Amino acid sequence: MENRIIIEPGAKRKNYWWDLWNFRGLFYFLAWRDVIVRYKQAVIGIAWSVVKPLLTIIIFIVLGKLLHTATPPGVPRAILVCTAILPWQFFSTAFSESSNSLLANSNLLTKVYFPRLIVPASTIIVSLIDFLTSLGILFLFMIYYRYMPGWNLILLPVFLLQATMISMGAGIYIAALNVKYRDFKFLVPFIVQFGLYISPVAFSSDYVYQSVKIPEAVKYIYSLNPMVGVIDGFRWCILGGKTNLYLPGFLLSIVVCILSLILGIWYFRKVEKSFADVI
Amino acid sequence: MEPVIKIENVGKKYFLSHHTKDKYLTLRDMISDGMKAIFGKQQGKSTNLSEEFWALKDVSFEIHKGDRIGIIGRNGAGKSTLLKILSRITEPTTGKITINGNIASLLEVGTGFHPELSGRENIFLNGAILGMSKTEIESKFDEIVAFAEIERFLDTPVKRYSSGMYVRLAFSIAAHLEPDILIIDEVLAVGDATFQKKCLGKIEEVSGHGRTVLFVSHNMETVTRLCNKAGLLKAGSVQAVGNTEDVINTYMRSDFGTTARRSWATDAKKPGDETVNLLEVRVHDKDFKTEETYDITRPVGISMDYEVLNDGDVFTHSFNFFNEQGINIFNVHDTVSEIRNKPRSKGIYTTTMWIPGNMLAEGIVIVGVAIIKIEPFKIYFHEMDVVSFNVTDEIRGDSARGHYVLGFPGAVRPLLQWQTIKK
Repeated sequence: MENRIIIEPGAKRKNYWWDLWNFRGLFYFLAWRDVIVRYKQAVIGIAWSVVKPLLTIIIFIVLGKLLHTATPPGVPRAILVCTAILPWQFFSTAFSESSNSLLANSNLLTKVYFPRLIVPASTIIVSLIDFLTSLGILFLFMIYYRYMPGWNLILLPVFLLQATMISMGAGIYIAALNVKYRDFKFLVPFIVQFGLYISPVAFSSDYVYQSVKIPEAVKYIYSLNPMVGVIDGFRWCILGGKTNLYLPGFLLSIVVCILSLILGIWYFRKVEKSFADVI
Repeated sequence: MEPVIKIENVGKKYFLSHHTKDKYLTLRDMISDGMKAIFGKQQGKSTNLSEEFWALKDVSFEIHKGDRIGIIGRNGAGKSTLLKILSRITEPTTGKITINGNIASLLEVGTGFHPELSGRENIFLNGAILGMSKTEIESKFDEIVAFAEIERFLDTPVKRYSSGMYVRLAFSIAAHLEPDILIIDEVLAVGDATFQKKCLGKIEEVSGHGRTVLFVSHNMETVTRLCNKAGLLKAGSVQAVGNTEDVINTYMRSDFGTTARRSWATDAKKPGDETVNLLEVRVHDKDFKTEETYDITRPVGISMDYEVLNDGDVFTHSFNFFNEQGINIFNVHDTVSEIRNKPRSKGIYTTTMWIPGNMLAEGIVIVGVAIIKIEPFKIYFHEMDVVSFNVTDEIRGDSARGHYVLGFPGAVRPLLQWQTIKK
């Protein structure tokens, strides 16, 4: 027979990744389901995916104006705000959704077999689509302000990939933990909220790196937050050379992203076989 | 020939936790347990209260190509655990299973259906969940829709479907899977009659194409009808594998501890008192031949032998009938025989009672017997779970179900008089 399955305790699935590839159809359909289900029965439907980030952007513009925070010369405030809000929103939704995804699909986990990694991974796709929609807002602002981005823009996918890696790494790790310890359900909103304050969304990393009052050690700890690298990267891409990309910090955050993804997958694979028993 | 599924010494261990009502661990528990472990040492006591539980133990058997095998057993016997292991939802703790061919499992009808999605969208989603590719679903799409009879509602969200439509659609998708091995967990007990008949036909068609079907059910009648082989699980281990009827008989014997005949004649201690002792109870056909299985249309006789030790007492006979679910189907007191009003003399008596054909429902019937006095009330002996027998229906159309082939609920199944007049 061409198709032989051996079920054994602790069997290392040699064809784990091949299996994952075979189930790409399911991956696609789960993502597709989440996309179309979300705005069903909503009057303005898919427009919500534009309205939500737009409102946040407006709030940050107003807030920045009231507090008179500095903008780099020649950069409209709306565009400056977008460069941080868009990646941050992508991270926060991708991370929250994927960390909750296994619980939300527990009926699937207990009734059918498929590589479990598909579930959190498919939620990332949904956030990615949201992100691309909200990227449209940025481009509308650019057209409105007749703002011309530099060549740096072509590197945007690199930082998007970095953001995907960190949200997925953290997301699948927490998703796996969530199956066993429901505490993480409460921890996630906290991480997302707290992360907003320690990431350069409302301020610029330049202040941190150029400040003489902040000790070097703290600057390194600050760069350990991978979203610092991601947001700085977005700013650097979109605003051209008008902000600095702090290279050691950026490299550090890439390392953190890769490590978190490896750690996430490693832990997920370690515990995924027991999901159906404990969920 | 190499078996399609080879199960070798499979076991599954769960830990039952006693220290918390919560099914889920929380960090607080972990931390407090950790603290207890540290400080517990001083008290020299372990606070670990979790207990091992083997849901399956040393399960070994083989399933061959084209077999339709029914897995039976009581609740908690490990049937669902076995299915979950075979479906790769959970991992065994010990043993090895080799499966040759691709496998599809239906542990639930409509897994992953989303109420907000339309019928059309759910066909694609559910198909993907069951392991079909997009092109496969597309090629069978029209067939699925036609089989489910939902053409008009294809673009309506399934939350607006009637439960019948919902189930029809869900089963239809599943029925169009083309695996070598199909695992089904009691999903047939749904839907309306005509549709059930179609489903059953579809499953027979599936196994007719040389595919293997593994079917788990509590329902003896469906297993008898659908499966050519059966496996009996009891408390996590295999009790019997083989011909469906034999296995069901074994199930009756082993799980209910009863057969069609039970004797105390040679026992030192017999049920009863100083006046009456129970000697033997038999279930038999009209020729007094003891049997375990009865066609639903045949009468069933229950005979009870007992010994009267003192002269002069007046008493009567009583039988109780229970089904597999423990429901008391009916009780009878002997209010008919002449002897019930007369003082007895010493000696051995045999009392026989007849249950007419077309009265009991299909399934296992468990009998209790008693000798009692009504006025003033006195129980001489009352023995429960004494004998048991199995009632089957071949569906020739002469029983109350007529030609209806699927689940037919009800504790009894009398064939009654019907009259229809056109006004």
